Amino acid sequence: MTATPTTTNTAAALGRPGAAADQPDDHRRGPAHGWVGRLVTHVCLIVGVVLSIFPFYWLLVMSTSTNAEIFGYPPSLWFGGNALANVASVFSNVDMLRALLNTVIVAGGTAVLVMLFDSLAAFAFAKYEFPFKRSLFTVMLATFLVPGSLSLVPSFVLMAHLGWIGGLQALIVPGAANAFGIFLLRQFATGSIPNEVIDSARVDGAGFFRTWWSIAVPMLRGGLAFLGIFTFITAWNDYVWPLIVLIDPKGQTLQVALAGLSSVNATDLGAVMAGAVISVFPLIGVFIIGSRHFIANIAAGALKG
Amino acid sequence: MSTKQAPPTTSIPAVVGTPTSSISTAATGKRFGLRRFWPQYVAIAPFYVLFLVFGLFPIVFSIVLSFTDWDGVGSPAFVGLAQYQYLLGDPRFWNAVANTFLIWIMSTVPMLFLALVLAFLLHGNIRGKGLYRVAYFIPNVTSMVAMAIVFGSVFSDGFGLVNAALRALGADPVGWLSSYWGIKVTISVMVIWRWTGYNAIIYLAGLQSISTELYDAAKVDGANTWQIFSRITVPLLRPVILFTVITSTIGGLGLFTEPQILFNGQAVGGPDEAGMTIVLYQYEQAFNQFDFGYGSAIAWMLFIFSVVFAIINWRLLSERDGLKTPRRLRTPRAVRTAPKGVDA
Repeated sequence: MTATPTTTNTAAALGRPGAAADQPDDHRRGPAHGWVGRLVTHVCLIVGVVLSIFPFYWLLVMSTSTNAEIFGYPPSLWFGGNALANVASVFSNVDMLRALLNTVIVAGGTAVLVMLFDSLAAFAFAKYEFPFKRSLFTVMLATFLVPGSLSLVPSFVLMAHLGWIGGLQALIVPGAANAFGIFLLRQFATGSIPNEVIDSARVDGAGFFRTWWSIAVPMLRGGLAFLGIFTFITAWNDYVWPLIVLIDPKGQTLQVALAGLSSVNATDLGAVMAGAVISVFPLIGVFIIGSRHFIANIAAGALKG
Repeated sequence: MSTKQAPPTTSIPAVVGTPTSSISTAATGKRFGLRRFWPQYVAIAPFYVLFLVFGLFPIVFSIVLSFTDWDGVGSPAFVGLAQYQYLLGDPRFWNAVANTFLIWIMSTVPMLFLALVLAFLLHGNIRGKGLYRVAYFIPNVTSMVAMAIVFGSVFSDGFGLVNAALRALGADPVGWLSSYWGIKVTISVMVIWRWTGYNAIIYLAGLQSISTELYDAAKVDGANTWQIFSRITVPLLRPVILFTVITSTIGGLGLFTEPQILFNGQAVGGPDEAGMTIVLYQYEQAFNQFDFGYGSAIAWMLFIFSVVFAIINWRLLSERDGLKTPRRLRTPRAVRTAPKGVDA
């Protein structure tokens, strides 16, 4: 009953996951032939890079400038010397450290739970047969279509009944498992975990959960890393739902605290910008560390979905 | 895209067929079967439990709420279709609808075009491709709250960089944050800035799955770059373009953070509510005015718009060349035949 019919096909299946985005380049392909073509291509691409990076540069310029420099004409285009004063002003207005800590708890907690629950479900869907599997999978895919803004009001009412308003669990628990991650990891698991390995684990007496922990989790490392970073970034940047639920100023996340700062302290723009720097740049670090994985998987996910 | 074409079904069943269990046992002895599969059910349970409680229940509850008048205190009063009747005649709502669609068009069309061009340029043997991709993707992983504050100062009527540049060139300043069209342009620019790179990366992955031979053949036939772009690249990317149009529609209809932050601390939606979007109006009615019933009715109208738009998108982009991408999941069909083979 073991693997006689599967051997040839598993090899073909192995090569598939996540590979769509990075194929070796062909010299003859694409628009850039000749050095003039290359030059024009690079000039266009660099203009694009400048436009995409400029707001970050401008954010840094403003966060280091005095308010007189920010509101004056002509605007100064280079960094100022007021960074420390701006940061001090942020901390005197808002408990930024607390907001930072809350955000790390929410983003980290959500990411860990999503990796746990999604990989369990993905492993079951990819490698096991059980009654109603296909119906359950279809139902899960259908939940993709449900727009989040539809349920803002009733979710708020629900949270009020649970007594979760103002608590960080109101952000972590509802997002602790999602269809996107299960679908993605299932793609990985189908292709990258050979049935033979699961079989031999079963022969050795390992149950489902031990097989998941000792075989599936290590083999899904790449997909899990991507899903973790993706979830972390999304939760870090989330704004609408935290804005509605986190009504206590002490329990806010960075985004909500920053929005509050900008509405109350609109005249102290240097300080607002310093707060924005705190909310933006740690995340760019996280993204750049995981960027290779990240970009390839976003693209591959889109093509498969 | 080559991955999407249905593979020859003959060889697939064996791959997917799992050695552990089979459906036939479940069919013969269902009660015994279900208990046997408890680890799998436990593994998938968290998603379904969370979805029931925090996904499905609120949606059903939101239908109920939309037929009531409720400020969150006391008990909801049933009012039938009154909220929807009021909605249809509410000029503020229709202004928000018009704004949402105008901003959606003003951002999506240039954004997807620029993304296609970027992807086309990046495709091929470009030096520093990895760095370009990271640079283009960074806006997408950035907090929109922070960046809306930055864009708000860049486009500020009084001290903004854009108006300063116009002034230096001797032109009149523009009311980027005070005029009907200025506000829409500012919001659209933010959306374009954030999502062009994301879409370019997706198009790039699509391009890389197009066979090289097609390009070579076109070049042999003497096609120029523009002809290759418009006759080969765009048509073959159609399924990927459909995906990006659908995601842009979902995102565009849900636009909230940009206009909310831009006019933070001022009247919601900015001067003359020229930056009021549907979701922002829903938020304002539900959580500033505490009109939960009306907020829910707005949410349901938005949902209807989304469905209609999804269908229109789908039709427009897939019909023309005979629908080459039926979304048939190949695995289910394959799995269905698998147990037989394995058991026999």
